[in-house]
Parts: sequence; C-alpha cells; structure tokens
Amino acid sequence: MNAILLMLLGLGGMLLGYLFYSKFVAEKIYKLDPNFRTPAHEFEDGVDFVPTNKYVLWGHHFTSVAGAAPIIGPAIAVIWGWVPAFLWVIFGTIFFAGVHDAGAIWASNRNRARSIGALTGDVVGKRSQSLFMIVIFLVLLMVNAVFATAISGLLINFPSSVIPVWGAIFVALIIGQVIFRKWMNLGTVSILGVIALYALIFAGPSAPLSLPETVMGVSDNATWILILFFYAAIASLLPVWMLLQPRDYINGLQLFIGLFLLYGAVLLSGPELVAPAFNTNTPEGTPSIVPLLFVTIACGAISGFHGLVASGTTSKQLDKETDARFVGYFGAIGEGSLSLATIIAVTAGFATLADWQAVYHSFGQGGVTAFVSGGARILQEGLSLDIELSETLLTVMAVLFAGTTMDTGLRLQRYIFQEWGAIYNLRWMQKAAPATLLSVGSCLILAFGAGGADGSGGLAIWPLFGTTNQLLAGLTLLVITVMLVKLKRPMYVTLIPLVFLLVMTIFALLIQLKGFYDTADWFLFSLDLLVLVAAIWIALEATAALNRARNSVNE
Amino acid sequence: MKIQAIKSWLANASQLANQYYNAPYRAAVARAKREQDDLFMLYVYSELMGIPNPASYYTLELQPLLLEQFHQWHLRMGMEHSPFDEFRCC
Repeated sequence: MNAILLMLLGLGGMLLGYLFYSKFVAEKIYKLDPNFRTPAHEFEDGVDFVPTNKYVLWGHHFTSVAGAAPIIGPAIAVIWGWVPAFLWVIFGTIFFAGVHDAGAIWASNRNRARSIGALTGDVVGKRSQSLFMIVIFLVLLMVNAVFATAISGLLINFPSSVIPVWGAIFVALIIGQVIFRKWMNLGTVSILGVIALYALIFAGPSAPLSLPETVMGVSDNATWILILFFYAAIASLLPVWMLLQPRDYINGLQLFIGLFLLYGAVLLSGPELVAPAFNTNTPEGTPSIVPLLFVTIACGAISGFHGLVASGTTSKQLDKETDARFVGYFGAIGEGSLSLATIIAVTAGFATLADWQAVYHSFGQGGVTAFVSGGARILQEGLSLDIELSETLLTVMAVLFAGTTMDTGLRLQRYIFQEWGAIYNLRWMQKAAPATLLSVGSCLILAFGAGGADGSGGLAIWPLFGTTNQLLAGLTLLVITVMLVKLKRPMYVTLIPLVFLLVMTIFALLIQLKGFYDTADWFLFSLDLLVLVAAIWIALEATAALNRARNSVNE
Repeated sequence: MKIQAIKSWLANASQLANQYYNAPYRAAVARAKREQDDLFMLYVYSELMGIPNPASYYTLELQPLLLEQFHQWHLRMGMEHSPFDEFRCC
C-alpha cells in the first residue's frame, strides 16, 4: 500500500471525527455553552487566568502535550504490523483522546479551573486524590528514565546530532536573555533562532562527536544518561524564563516545521509501505497484541498526561467554553497526526522488508531510532536532502522534545517531593536542591535498575509507562463520567473508553508481571505490582464512585 | 492601503506570537518576581526588625510607598499580624 493513501485515510478519518463526533460530544454530552462565564473571565488576574485567543491556546496546548512519547510508542508497536497501530491511533484519537482532552477542559472549566487532581478529591473521593498523586509520580519517574535512555541511544546512533542538540540549548539560553531584556521583538528573535538552530543542524554532519566507549569504566550509554540527568537537574532549578520557556517555544516551532516537512516529503515521494500489514511472523518473545498494543501506544491514542495540561493551564485561559472543542479535541488530533507520521516513517522508510525485519528483530526494538532512520529516508527521497542531514534534523527534533519533557518532568517531581516534605514536616525535603537530588536519584535507580549497568534496558519499562499513563487517563475519564451521571446525561461516551482502558491495563499488567517473574527481574516485578495495585484500586474506586453518584441522582 | 493592511496583519501576528510565548509561563514568572519583591520588602523594613541595614538611609523613603503591600507581605511570610511594635497593620 502507498503511504500517501494511508496518510489521507488517517488524516481524513481524524478530520471526520472532529467535524461530526466532536460536534456531537460537545453539543449533546458536554453541552458547551457559549454564554457560560469561564474562569478566565471570572477570575481574570493577568497571571494565571487570562482569556486567550483559541488558536493561540490550541497552539500551546498541542505543543505541550506532543513530545517524544507519541513517536516512541507507535515506533515500537508496528512490530505487530502497521494495521493494528494505525487503527488504534486513529480510532483512539477519535473516540478516546479527543473526548478525554475536551472533557478534561470542560470538567475543569465547570469547577473554577481546578486541576484534575483536585477534582478527583471533590468528585470521586479523598482516597482517590492520594492515589492520583502516586500515579502522577510514577508516570513522571518512568518518563524521565525512559526519555534519558532514548536520548542517549540517539546521541550514540547519530553522532552528527551531538553538536546541534547541545548547541540548541545555547540558542535557547540566548533567546531567553534577548526576550527577557527586551532587546528585540519576538518575531525577529524567532526567525534568527530558527536560522541558528538549522545552521547548527546543517553543520552537525561535518562535525560528528561521540564519547569513547568507556569513560572511567562506565559505558558511553550510561555516561550520556548521567550527563543528561546532570543537565536536567540544573535546568529544572533555573528560572523558567532562562531556558525552559525559550526551549519550549523553539520546540513548538520545530514541531510544526517537522510535521510539515515529513508530510510534505511523503506527498512528494509517495513511498510504499514495506512492513507487513499484520505481522504473522513476530519475533520470539513478542507479547500478545491484545492487550499490549493498547499500552505500548499511549500518547497518540489516549494519554493521561493531556488531562494534566488541559486542567492545569489550558482551562484557566479558555475564552469561551465552546473553544474547548477546538482546543481539546483538535489538540488530540494534532498529536494523533504526529503518531501517524511516525507510523508512516517506520513502515515506509525502509527499502525492503528484510531491512525492516532487521530493525524489528525483537520486542521493544525500533523506537525513536527507527523513526529517525525511516523518516530520514523519506525526507531524502521526497525533498532530496542529504541522508545524514535528514537524520540529524529528525534526531534534533526528537531529542529536543524528550529533553524538554525531562526538564519539566524533573521540575514537577521536585514539586511533589517538596509537597511531601510539607505534609510530613521534613524541612530539608522542602528545599529545592535536596528535592531535586531525590528526583534525579529515583530516576537514575529506575534507568539503571531496569536495564543493568549500561542503562541500555531503560526502554524495557516503556509498556509499563504506557500502562501508568493510561491509568491517569482512566482517573480523568472517571471524574468526567461521575460529573455526567450527576448531571443526568448519557455517560457511555466516557464510560466505554474508561472500562476499555481499565480492562486493558489490568490485563497488560498481569501479562507483564508474569514476564518479569519468568525472567526473575524483581525490580520491575515490584514496580509492576505497585502499578497493578493502583490499577485495581482505581477500578474499585470507579465502581464505588459511579454507584454513589447514581444512587444520589435516583434519590 | 495594501502596506497598511500588511503592517496591521504583522502587528497582529506578532502579538499572537507573544501570547503564545508567554502564556504557559506567566504564572511561574510572576511567582519568581514576587519572591524577589518579598526579599526587597525585607530590605526596606529590616531596620524595624532590628536587622542592621547599611542602605537604610535610602530605603527609609521607600517605606511609605511600600506600605500598601505591607499587609499582603506579612501574611505571605506567615505572620498573622504586623511583626513590628512601632506600627500595627491589622
């Protein structure tokens, strides 16, 4: 099958979902009201609560939720063939992610723009709120460990990207200063910044850089992971305007440029999909497609992380309630389109089936490296860019996404430790530096504990990360469903995804638990067990909360 | 006329870009600024608390100007009432 057809089918399907299904959900289920006075107007303070243009709001909702995760997930999951991954991304976006994201904005908007965590406490119960914090902590922990592993793999596989990747940080630092001190206006800075970044990317292939194989007895992979966490720890302690804000901004621009280039190149070259539609010949050790597909692709089909963004910052800036449809649902479509581009890159970006099979020789292979090499081939054919340059470009894009997520993730983890410090009255834990050290320490334990001393096995926890992320989405869906029940509205739109997610995650956790038991991997076994307890707990809380809500409505 | 239209379009676009740049971090930047301001309040009122301040000659005249924020400040610093014997706040 030709990739152009797949692209048109996917984008067309998601567009139809937006035009029809989201209209139905927005008007008949959430009943978005253009005259509702949103918190952005009610509590307008020029800081947190600011009514914002819906396109701008969509822009940063989309760029905050899209990162490396919607790339890594599909790039691992195509091992079962491209049809299952494609269907789950498209249908997941239409019926799960869009409904979840728009619903999270709506729920928060109707509750004085409070976060989903706080809403869980109100709508579902106090116990669930503590549970929510634990699940968030686990998600952050895993995302930091996985992304560090993914980045270090990229830096080793594509040495030409080392200089542009680290150079981009300096570009961001300079942009931060220039804007903070108002030396230039943003338009000029953006153009200069993008030129500087692409100049670095262009220069990358002529100055490849790699670490020696071992540095003081530590492998290069492990060294990169240590360097990355050292960097992220410092970055997460800096004031946000200095590095995080300009980096996020460049990433946003990069995301649009990258998607445009990739889809443009697919249209121009029209590559054939070489991977099988259904892989009947999966390598030994590949787990069963049901339920693992549904946790391997989390972001891109549905992701709990979106609920945090939607209820944290987006809902405080919603100008009109009806904007929730465009911002939330279309934001999910944006992320779905990134996953679709990934699926095309990792299935059509190889010359022959044998090449593809060589990459996907066992479960957990492929990932972001396959995205870079596959995508680079498509860029080379479509836009006749040099292959090494294309690889550098895509590597920089992926690393910047993952890196920014690490900065933010560590910062959030630090806040959680500081909050725990306040709850348990531990003075030292409330300070920024020790809390950061604790966060970095726990991530390092996970990154190395999961894969041995060279840290190469960090990706082994990818499905576990997906599972935890789905649990978070389940909690958000639960809040929305309980609200719908209390309003006496049909609840199947969110209840069906909720039940589906809970069944699949618990099923997947049990299968992985057996896997870790068989390989005697006790570290991951305990982590899996922890998530499993949380999952079962959420399922019980969900049943209880829904029954309570239905009884209170019936009385 | 055309140039005018392009100019206003550009101005509009750059305003939207500014919103896009600032919106996600407005709260964090405001918090950081407030922390600096809190420290500054401490400088200005330090003599009253018995902390010697070499710059008090200059900060003295700022005291009446900052008095408006004094109530907010002492609340934020975890003191229910004004910490000074000399003047009460609430």
